[in-house]
Amino acid sequence: MKLTGAQALIKSLEMQGVETIFGLPGGAILPVYDPLLDSPIRHILVRHEQGAGHAAEGYAQATGRPGVAMVTSGPAATNIVTAIADAYVDSIPIVVITGQVATSAIGSDAFQETDTTGITMSITKHNWLVTSASEIPRVVAEAFHVATTGRPGPVLIDFPKDVANQTMEWYWPKRLDLPGYQPTTKGHPKMIEQAAAIIAGAERPVIYAGGGAMRAGVGGEVLELAERTGIPVVTTLMARGIIPDSHPLALGMPGMHGSYTAVTAVQRADLLITLGARFDDRVTGKVDGFAPMAKVIHIDVDPAEVGKVRRADIPIVGDLRSVLPELIRRLPTTPRDIAPWIEEIRGWQQRYPLSYKASESGRPIKPQYVVERISAAADAETILVSGVGQHQMWASQYFKFERPNGWINSGGLGTMGFAVPAAIGAKVGRPGSTVWAVDGDGCFQMTAQELVTASAEGIPIKVAILNNGYLGMVRQWQEMFYDERYSEVYLSPDLPDYVKWVEAMGGVGFRVEEESEVDPVIEKANQIFDRPVVIDFRVDTFEKVYPMVPAGSTNDEIVLPPHQQGER
Amino acid sequence: MTDRANLVPIGGIRTPVEGRHHLLSVLVENRAGVLARVALLFSRRGYNIYSLAVAPTDDERFSRLTMVVDVETATLEQITKQLHKLINVIKISEVDPNQAVEYECMLATVTAEGHNRAKVMELVELYDGEIVDVGVDLLTLMFALPPGRLDDVEAFLAEFGLVELQRTGRIALGKLPKPVRRTKRGKVS
Repeated sequence: MKLTGAQALIKSLEMQGVETIFGLPGGAILPVYDPLLDSPIRHILVRHEQGAGHAAEGYAQATGRPGVAMVTSGPAATNIVTAIADAYVDSIPIVVITGQVATSAIGSDAFQETDTTGITMSITKHNWLVTSASEIPRVVAEAFHVATTGRPGPVLIDFPKDVANQTMEWYWPKRLDLPGYQPTTKGHPKMIEQAAAIIAGAERPVIYAGGGAMRAGVGGEVLELAERTGIPVVTTLMARGIIPDSHPLALGMPGMHGSYTAVTAVQRADLLITLGARFDDRVTGKVDGFAPMAKVIHIDVDPAEVGKVRRADIPIVGDLRSVLPELIRRLPTTPRDIAPWIEEIRGWQQRYPLSYKASESGRPIKPQYVVERISAAADAETILVSGVGQHQMWASQYFKFERPNGWINSGGLGTMGFAVPAAIGAKVGRPGSTVWAVDGDGCFQMTAQELVTASAEGIPIKVAILNNGYLGMVRQWQEMFYDERYSEVYLSPDLPDYVKWVEAMGGVGFRVEEESEVDPVIEKANQIFDRPVVIDFRVDTFEKVYPMVPAGSTNDEIVLPPHQQGER
Repeated sequence: MTDRANLVPIGGIRTPVEGRHHLLSVLVENRAGVLARVALLFSRRGYNIYSLAVAPTDDERFSRLTMVVDVETATLEQITKQLHKLINVIKISEVDPNQAVEYECMLATVTAEGHNRAKVMELVELYDGEIVDVGVDLLTLMFALPPGRLDDVEAFLAEFGLVELQRTGRIALGKLPKPVRRTKRGKVS
């Protein structure tokens, strides 16, 4: 069967089971958009290429399947770079296809030419420049394999226009020839045995679960490990919901804005059982002072993460899906009694719970209250998405996460503007779930145009803007560390008029200024199923995210919210 | 005439420090852009390459990079782990200089006027070099030697007056196993 390169690309994507592509056509990718008309693949036309990338990320996280984005060359490729970098840091499997100028024109500074593989080399797991149509099925199969196996991540296929127009004899590769890519899956049995032994002897152990556990889909195994041993669990920003927040062994989030209990339990621990976490600086604070008494078991599928930041006493390179059952199998039948440790932890939980001062009557709404009310009204299948900043931390702290993959945010890269397009991707992937985005006013303005996409394609996401009229997290730092010298952080709560803006984009807009309106408007939003909804919540400008470990400090120097500070 | 002190180091590279430099032999797929990926990884992670030699192997699918890396900013373990993550990198071996044959090639143009000329030619002979180009007052020499001996030659040449100098970076292969010598009683000595 003879196919054009463009047809071969679309057929290869179909072979990979791709159902949705987020994209935006242009000159160099034009030939590929023609056979797309005859394909069952749904194409969602975004309004900016960055949106296509984040939507693919949201789709991937909500479904566990790779997200696909397709854009043209040059400026389109550079526009999607942010999303690729985001997916790289957070290990999200996405496949990005970029158009490229004809092979004969590469290197000539042709119209809309950029060195896309060069630009994305350090932010993709791997990338390919296709030079002949006969390579297409092989490259697509390799790309999906690399994106989804081992430590997942973004890959990019750069696709020159003349290759799309060549003809090739169709084939589908029976096996992949990647001699340099063999991810380790099975952990070393000796090491797993040692880990089981050290767990059995620990007095103050903590399970430190990260995004890798989420990607591996081992929520059940993490829960089993915790319950079998009685060991408490801290869940990083990327692992919120890996075990239910309502579980007695769930201590919440560690790190810069983690709960006092989670942060302190890690600091006092004599053993950290690290599952797919990478000792990120936002978790460790000053590394030298991080969990100073703890021995470290580090289980990760990426060998380079083991020992990168913190020396591992028991390093285990392997896939959690294979290592965790092995580890659980080797645990002694009767776990060590760690009741005194649990009691100490309960004491912290009681004295220093996550809390904020409720709004006094007539005063502005507290942002944390909005998150709590969205959480209270949410059903078990609801997916929460956020951008980056104060609202993200409040969302992570105050939403009750009861299942894995119900929380999607930009963790490692901290990409403002992530929420709206990622929520669109999540909703497309999981149309049966309600998808809420908690966003900041600064973030919302960066990618709000994708609400046009949502309206046009009938993707009814819900967005709660925690509108404090500021770049809130920056404002918080300027208040705390720059003597309240506020430099370029004021945005104004009224400019733009969010309700009008949303209506112009085909959605429903609400504004909420009184606490008493919060619940009724959330309820109204939850009843809208045909269009996107945006609620402009006017929240307290002066509210800050607590607890907080100031940058460069150890986690022992955690700062509690003012109303708890007297008690320490 | 340029003397050694005026030579500009490339990218601030300093001479190897004992114990901090390691020799890696990296087998990679022979594909477009592989060298860029390796180089980018080093610059992205802040690792230093002291020298680098690249050439195809006897198998046309693969090339071999021989690199001397500086482990000042990162551990050797971290460097090799990160290198291994590159899809085109197939195998990395650290070459122990005591267990390897290491060679490096050098071209050097030196001033060789009058009585100096004979001294230069003597040096070439002593170190198995070759005179590859001849000028009125200048000679261009070639030496292929183990890196330590090449350093000695470089120091001597500086005395005569170096005009230009180019070294290739090291290449290395592991030492071959030797036959075991048996004594008359048949015991291994």
